[in-house]
Amino acid sequence: MAEAAHAAAEQTVQEYINHHLSFLTFGKVDGHWGFAHTPEEAMEMGFWAVNVDTLGWSIFLGAAFLLFFRSVGKRATVDAPSGIQNFVEAVFEFVDARVSEGFNYKNDLIGPLCLTLFFWILLMNTMDLVPVDLITKGFEIFAAVVFGFEHAPFKIVPTTDPNITMGMSVFVFLLIIYYSIKNKGIGGFLSELAFHPFGKWMMPFNLIIEVPTLFAKPISLGLRLFGNLYAGELLFLLIASMLGYWQLPAHFVWAVFHILVIPLQAFVFMMLTIVYLNAAHDKPHH
Amino acid sequence: MEMILAFTALGVLLVLGMGALGTAIGFGILGGKFLEGSARQPELAPKLQGSMFLVAGLIDAVTMIGIGIGMWFTFANPFLATLAG
Repeated sequence: MAEAAHAAAEQTVQEYINHHLSFLTFGKVDGHWGFAHTPEEAMEMGFWAVNVDTLGWSIFLGAAFLLFFRSVGKRATVDAPSGIQNFVEAVFEFVDARVSEGFNYKNDLIGPLCLTLFFWILLMNTMDLVPVDLITKGFEIFAAVVFGFEHAPFKIVPTTDPNITMGMSVFVFLLIIYYSIKNKGIGGFLSELAFHPFGKWMMPFNLIIEVPTLFAKPISLGLRLFGNLYAGELLFLLIASMLGYWQLPAHFVWAVFHILVIPLQAFVFMMLTIVYLNAAHDKPHH
Repeated sequence: MEMILAFTALGVLLVLGMGALGTAIGFGILGGKFLEGSARQPELAPKLQGSMFLVAGLIDAVTMIGIGIGMWFTFANPFLATLAG
């Protein structure tokens, strides 16, 4: 009896974790469009499945960032700036200093791009500090009461969705290729791939080195952010599900660790964007 | 099936363990160099610290990717899905 009860409780821990790791996926299930009710259904949806929860949160946080910075920017004063204005100016100057020292060419896109990347990723990562069930349970109750949708999954940290992080890094990759071709010409870009680091007689060898390096940039950029946040969120889930009342100090300790990772990953994403785009603007050596 | 579960567990632990090993050694060397550098030129310490955190984020990268893959194998083992399907 005790083992059966224990087995039932163990299953619930597994189910709890799987429930909190699933997205609210919208796609084609059995021929008609709707939300996935189980992770297996979500997997069957294939390519045209949209994670509505992370998409909604990422758009909401992006809009919040834009409105906040714009409203502070419009009301900015030189004499007696408010605390909020000081904060926004501090963030702006931080990104500006990094871009100035890392990017050596003239390009009006880089500054706003890096500010957006940094602060948007920072906001999305900070959602990880909200207690695990606080918003998720609320949404589950809301969906069950209003729509009759039982056990609705709801993830509030968009950067734990590889779609969001890879989407950002693929966009940065497209910018790298665009600026490389714009500044070096398509011949220059391809010859840089084919004739570096050895001469042109070693072209296959050069390609074997250069092409994976090129593709490793967006893959590592996106997966680095995803992996860090996924591991952090998973640890919060494990602490929440397995420790009973001891979870409260354990949550606090892990949150203090995680507070370092949250801005650090945003900073690393921004810095790597600056470094890659700077390299894309470099003229070829010959 | 039991063999798949057992070997998956071993595999995940290897991924996590070796990731932790590499990261720890990397951070140790990085931190040591930072301390040396800032002892030589204390006025450069803030700049060095910024660069140190940048490189720390990079060192973490593949370890975290490994953790992600490890957790994927633990909770949604694709080999079990192949067995079932």
